[in-house]
Amino acid sequence: MTEAARKPDPGRARLRRRYAAEARFRLYGMLAVGAALVMLGVLLVKTVAAGHSGFTQTFVALDVRYDPAVLDPASARDPAALGAADYDRLVKDALSDLFPEATSRSDRRALNDLVSVGAAYRLRARILDDPARIGTSERVWVPAASAVDMLVKGFVPRARGPGERALSDRQVAWIDALSGAGRLERRFNAAFFANGDSREPELAGVGGALAGTFLTMLVTLALSFPLGLATAVYLEEFAAKNRMAALIEVNVNNLAAVPSIVFGLLGLAILLGYFGLPRSAPLVGGMVLALMTLPTIIIAGRAALQAVPPSIREGALAIGASKLQVVAHHVLPLALPGILTGAIIGMARALGETAPLLMIGMVAFIVDVPRGLADPATVLPVQVFLWADNPERGFVEKTSAAILVLLGFLAVMNALAVLLRRRFERRW
Amino acid sequence: MQASILAATLLLLSLIGYYAGRRRALASVGGRRRELHSLPAYYGLYVALWCGLPGFALFVLWLIVGPQLRAIGFAGLAAAAPAAAAAGLIWGRRRISPGFRARNRVETAILVALAVLSTISIATTVGIVLSLLFESARFFALVPIGDFLFGLQWSPQTALRAEQAGSSGAFGSVPLFAGTALITLIAMAVAVPIGLMSAVYMADYAGPRVRATAKPLIEVLAGIPTVVYGFFAALTVGPLFRDIGTALGLDVASESALAAGTVMGIMIIPFVSSLSDDVMNAVPQTLRDGSYALGATKSETIRRVVIPAALPGIVGAVLLAVSRAIGETMIVVMAAGLAANLTANPLEAVTTVTVQIVTLLVGDQEFDSAKTLSAFALGLTLFCVTLALNLVAMQMVRRYREKYD
Repeated sequence: MTEAARKPDPGRARLRRRYAAEARFRLYGMLAVGAALVMLGVLLVKTVAAGHSGFTQTFVALDVRYDPAVLDPASARDPAALGAADYDRLVKDALSDLFPEATSRSDRRALNDLVSVGAAYRLRARILDDPARIGTSERVWVPAASAVDMLVKGFVPRARGPGERALSDRQVAWIDALSGAGRLERRFNAAFFANGDSREPELAGVGGALAGTFLTMLVTLALSFPLGLATAVYLEEFAAKNRMAALIEVNVNNLAAVPSIVFGLLGLAILLGYFGLPRSAPLVGGMVLALMTLPTIIIAGRAALQAVPPSIREGALAIGASKLQVVAHHVLPLALPGILTGAIIGMARALGETAPLLMIGMVAFIVDVPRGLADPATVLPVQVFLWADNPERGFVEKTSAAILVLLGFLAVMNALAVLLRRRFERRW
Repeated sequence: MQASILAATLLLLSLIGYYAGRRRALASVGGRRRELHSLPAYYGLYVALWCGLPGFALFVLWLIVGPQLRAIGFAGLAAAAPAAAAAGLIWGRRRISPGFRARNRVETAILVALAVLSTISIATTVGIVLSLLFESARFFALVPIGDFLFGLQWSPQTALRAEQAGSSGAFGSVPLFAGTALITLIAMAVAVPIGLMSAVYMADYAGPRVRATAKPLIEVLAGIPTVVYGFFAALTVGPLFRDIGTALGLDVASESALAAGTVMGIMIIPFVSSLSDDVMNAVPQTLRDGSYALGATKSETIRRVVIPAALPGIVGAVLLAVSRAIGETMIVVMAAGLAANLTANPLEAVTTVTVQIVTLLVGDQEFDSAKTLSAFALGLTLFCVTLALNLVAMQMVRRYREKYD
């Protein structure tokens, strides 16, 4: 060993320190990326874990006798009378047939609580569908009550004392008996996609919110796409580069960053306050969201128009096209995929937007599925917000399930945008 | 319904106008197209414009004057608009002759239309400013502006009867802005280090494959609806922080500023990282090469050369993120408190400007009480603050870009 190696070399030590610092810095970067990705992962995994069971629902098989004495004592088969008949009785009778030992008042009530109030609606629908069923018997699968559903899905512990869960020991015993007899089953919850909102978690669905979302997005697209396209084309192709154009540009960029709730205040004060448009309507919601989406489409549209090379324009001009013909026949078709990508991304953002819609009253409890642009409606993110406020355990699951539906739509839209970009993107 | 029938009628008339104009143009030259100045379709469009524009102009005018001024009922409009359209049709059709420059006229009309449509974005801003100013002015007529801006007490719930204690309510907005600032600060404490370090890693360390997967994944964070974050904050993060606090012997509110701010920070990470990544990528390679040539390591180059060179752009990105955090609504509505506490303790519940706007206006239909009007004053302040932040940030980013272009 030489003298130099044994003596500590200040240069070498410093170099080691610098390399250590280099490795640390790199590690910080990796940690930051990792942290961001872990947070995304936790968010998604948590939501899927809490929500995937919302797409299934526990059903109970009841042997129902469509007793003519209850349904149609007059044998008139009058639809109005049939609709108003006491279907709850049928459900209760079917339940007490199953468990004849439940005779006391409180026992019978506890027994009836196992089945959702939606059971009677289902029987009613079957009779109205085919009145010839009166007098016959059949096995009908009816939705179980939310508390039963939660127990079956394992969200509520079975082992603890009855004080900590909604179900009594007796009810749990009945549930086990039903399950042992093959009368308890988890099935796909089609009602979740068809029903409107409800106070009962097992009957609540996103059907109404989906219809409202669809109508709102229709208005947003119909307004923001033509307007955004026109603005982008004008600013990029025709406007003189003067102060007006600069003002519009700054303004568009700023609008893209204005808090969304301010757009809601605009809708409240002008669309509802001044023009007297209906509250809670998809028409107003769509208009507010269109104003929000506009800057996104304009910015994406201008970028797409800029990307079309001048040679295309010059070629068209050279064979005698007017300036407008150049744009309409040559530039716009080439820029359209880019503009559409921007429009889809803008629509995806509008789809997830909640705050401005709260301002214009789209937060009402709405059971009916909206049919027109002026009907009271709600949208998917607002439905999530409404259910999130509900402390019932059944609604926690529904909220997460609704979030999954929302994220599914967003994923499809963004995938479409990526696909469009991949498929039509040209390098000149 | 009636309105859509009227619109359909006007459209139909315009369509008739299109074909009438086209036919007349072709007939005027006996079918020899080359003798026409413009393509036949332009003559059709010319008549269709003469037909549709007056009709739809009347329609739109009737819609805009507002319900208060609609002295003439819908029947008057239903008579006037088609009549104007028909008159336009006849007038436009009569002007057609072989030498008539239909294309030039139509193109001028289209250009004017494009110019008018492009001012809609300006109209939106003007609409925002006017509606906020107008309602705020009504609020400031009830509550002095000084009390609003500098008051330390916020309790907008006015009592029903005038003689009750506190019947006037208190509209001092300082606690709200303090709460907003606290939550924004926490969000930035999460988003800036993570976002900036991710950007550094993406721009200078990551290989193309890591970059191609990690960058879009991080940007997914910005695409998740805020209501989802709100639910996550209220249901998962809030209780988690409270439990951790209990384990450490701290008293953490379940709607603590810390929980809302942390989740908001997660949402904002991509706003910081994407823009910073862009500006760092725009720093010329020659600057890096010069630093390497002097013997600097990669991290030294980044810290001493790249980041200082990109600083204006990074500051702009952070300011845009701050503006986003201040205006963010759903996370704080779902995960922050309602009571206006003036505190700097992140473990307590605070409220924000946006939370108050939502709670004041949801469910209320009357626009005459100080309570509802105060929401517009809050909205105006919010708009002014974010506008100033956006303008400064955009200016910084743009000036920085010009420097290296």
